[in-house]
Amino acid sequence: MTQNAIIEIEGVSKAFGSVTALNGVDATIREGEFFSLLGPSGCGKTTLLRLIAGFDEPTDGTVVIAGQSMAGIPANKRPTNMVFQSYAIFPHLSVADNVGYGLKRKQMSREEINRAVTDALAMVDLAGYGNRAAHELSGGQRQRVALARALVMKPKVVLLDEPLSALDKKLREQMQVELRQLQQQIGITFILVTHDQEEALIMSDRIAVLFEGEIAQLDTPEALYRRPVSKRVASFIGVMNFLPATVTAKAKGALAVDIPSLGKVSLAAGHAPEGLDPTSVSTIGVRPEMLTILFDDAEKAECETTGEVTATSYCGDMTYYSVLLPKADEAVTISMRNTAGRSIVPAGTKVRVGWGAESVVLFD
Amino acid sequence: MILSRESRQGLTLISPPFLYAILMLAAPMVMVVTFSFWTQNYLDLDRTPTFANYREAWTGEIFRVLMLRSLMISFFVTIVTVLLAFPIAYFLSFHVKRQKALWLFLITIPFWTSYLLRIFLWKVILGYNGVLNSALMGLGLIDEPLDFILYNVPAVIITLAHAWAPFAILPIFVALERIDRSLLEAAEDLGDGPVRRFLRVTLPLAMPGVLASTLIVFIPTVGDFVTPRLVGGPDGVMIANLIQVYFSKANNAPLATALAVSSMLIVASISLVIFLIGRKIGGRTQ
Amino acid sequence: MNIGRFFSRNWLTGYAVVYMLVLYLPVVLLPLFAFNASTIIAFPLTGFTFEWFGVLFETKALHSAVQNSLIIAVITSILSTLLGTLGARAMVRYRFPLKRGIVGLIMVPLILPEIIVGVSLLVLLMQIGISLSIWTVIAGHVLICVPFSVAILSSAFQGLDPSLEEASMDLGETRFGTFRRVIMPLILPGIISSLLITFTISLDEFIIAFFLTGTDVTLPVYIWGQMRFPTKLPSVMALGTILLVLSVFLLVLGEVFRRRSASRQGQDASATGGLM
Repeated sequence: MTQNAIIEIEGVSKAFGSVTALNGVDATIREGEFFSLLGPSGCGKTTLLRLIAGFDEPTDGTVVIAGQSMAGIPANKRPTNMVFQSYAIFPHLSVADNVGYGLKRKQMSREEINRAVTDALAMVDLAGYGNRAAHELSGGQRQRVALARALVMKPKVVLLDEPLSALDKKLREQMQVELRQLQQQIGITFILVTHDQEEALIMSDRIAVLFEGEIAQLDTPEALYRRPVSKRVASFIGVMNFLPATVTAKAKGALAVDIPSLGKVSLAAGHAPEGLDPTSVSTIGVRPEMLTILFDDAEKAECETTGEVTATSYCGDMTYYSVLLPKADEAVTISMRNTAGRSIVPAGTKVRVGWGAESVVLFD
Repeated sequence: MILSRESRQGLTLISPPFLYAILMLAAPMVMVVTFSFWTQNYLDLDRTPTFANYREAWTGEIFRVLMLRSLMISFFVTIVTVLLAFPIAYFLSFHVKRQKALWLFLITIPFWTSYLLRIFLWKVILGYNGVLNSALMGLGLIDEPLDFILYNVPAVIITLAHAWAPFAILPIFVALERIDRSLLEAAEDLGDGPVRRFLRVTLPLAMPGVLASTLIVFIPTVGDFVTPRLVGGPDGVMIANLIQVYFSKANNAPLATALAVSSMLIVASISLVIFLIGRKIGGRTQ
Repeated sequence: MNIGRFFSRNWLTGYAVVYMLVLYLPVVLLPLFAFNASTIIAFPLTGFTFEWFGVLFETKALHSAVQNSLIIAVITSILSTLLGTLGARAMVRYRFPLKRGIVGLIMVPLILPEIIVGVSLLVLLMQIGISLSIWTVIAGHVLICVPFSVAILSSAFQGLDPSLEEASMDLGETRFGTFRRVIMPLILPGIISSLLITFTISLDEFIIAFFLTGTDVTLPVYIWGQMRFPTKLPSVMALGTILLVLSVFLLVLGEVFRRRSASRQGQDASATGGLM
């Protein structure tokens, strides 16, 4: 067992009848980290969360929490607590009774329970709400009550099933930051399930991206963003421009890559995903912010090419340009910050496009 | 067969009421059918299987007459009840904004009170010295009591229509509630006036409810024996009275069960026909 | 003539009012003639009296019929609600093979003519050799009350968020503890509603009782026996009035509880639900 690993998932599969929800998933989650399960709907992320929680048993493989195998151990005996997508606040109990629900089974005196509940409510910014009835709360408040209810149990792992999906945009963004801060403050391991890649990037220490029941990539947000291992992961996280390319030569740790639309460049071997045969490379990816429109002739970039602007989208702080590069069938997206003095380039303009070798990722 | 945990738990949970239904409904039904093939010789029960009862029932005039009469009465009651129920269901669904549940509750209260009492009250109302006659005479509208309003088929029809009214309203109401109001707005937007909207959108979509309502009224009324007994007189005797008589006074349970089974088969086939017709009219809106 | 006017609001409102009046007409007669001094149930009314109610208090046979009916109704309501709760929970929460058929069989008594139910049970009991008593009546009543109980309670269970049960388990509760602390309080109004309604159904039920009763008659069967005697009619009206008031009271209670159940779960109580 690796040091400070809190959950080990080994070869876990789950089938519902003839449908395979999870297929041979391996992952290690470290103590104290904010870990996210990210993927489109139906990818198996909620299934995996529920297997950790104990609401279902895996068809194959084991789930080990804090060194102990969870096989055959039901949900109510596991050291995990869950914040449900619908919050599952008991409608017939007050806020305080909700938060203190799980404490009633422990051998605690009433004062101890009250104290713990008050502390938990303060932690989620709901101090004084104890006597409110459940149905008087707003969505955001219910979410906090659900969180307090889980935290007051002092579990080893807190599981969150798309907790922010029902909130409106501004509230969601605020809660993302708050949840992250709270987690870092308490130090308990959080596992979050979400389909929103932005959310995962903002909040997580590490992310596991799932497609169709398998983990496509498990990495830090930065590694996922800058070095995605497949085109699918690359397009799922943020926006990625794809251009045709071939590897023309291979030397010690370096690859000579010919990108018809951008130019020729030499890249370190790390730009290709592990295990990828360089001869099978047919595409490169480059993020919109890694391409620049060079405004005046004095501006220089590491590498350069030309293109024509086909469309613009003004978004306040940024402008997104669609630019058609030479020998490209589709336009690429280039994002430019609207700094002072910078004008918007109208469609139809021929521009010089700058780019750097470091930001290019190779795919098959 | 390997059952999932959910299936096993579900089946375990439902087994008490299910087994009860098997014991108290299915088994007795099987018994009834078996019985109908036996014969009663005065005090002895002859268990050799035979079609004698069925032959006697189907060839005998009395069964045919009563069965036809019961079906006719039921048809009339069903048509009258459903036709009268539709406007009020429509009113409730489209014109009552709040407190729909209150209206529904008020409509169903009479239904929950004693069936026997309600039938009896109609006898009291329609009688020769009854409420209606004494009221009409008291108001000076008639000199002599009307004697044709009780102890005949129309009395049975009126009484049954009144008794089953709430049962007819509910399914139609439910179906009307389910209609997406924006469909009607779309029809209006496309040029349909209120009548065409009703005929082309509302009515077809309400057909499943009308169908359910029809069956809910038709099936039980064929088998009613209290109403004919109290208000039907000799002309209003229905098939269920015959069954009941054979059961008790005539002490011929096998014949009674044969009658019962025959009636049920006829009712079931007619219901099936009604169901299929209704499906055709309503289209696949179910 | 524009047929559309028939469906205009005013016509329909008028129709609805007339409809309701006609619907309640016979029922209104009960208290009217229960207090009427004449022995003939006809107009004009002759005077106000409590005499007929007094007669009821004297009649011993009536008392035992009332007692039988009450016992039967109480036991029926408890048994039907018990079976109905199990059936409703299974129907709402679980998938299993042959579900439609099984549920169909349980619910079919709703549309069967009661004479069929009564006759079939009678035949079975005759063959097995069980003699008729209040227990045979209870057996028949439970059969027809279970579908109502299932309908009422499946509405209650449907409003119950499944994650609530999972949340309770997640927080450490056992299955039984979850039932006691979460499920029970939330469906309790539905249970009470079911008890009240099945009690009322059993109390008022005539046809099955008629076939399956032994020497201990139920109240409706007693009333049936009284109907052939013209002099007894006013006291029958008085009895009917009492039954009517009692039934309406119980039904109103049942409806109050249904609304309480809905609002507890945060739903709109004046929306249609309950017996739907």
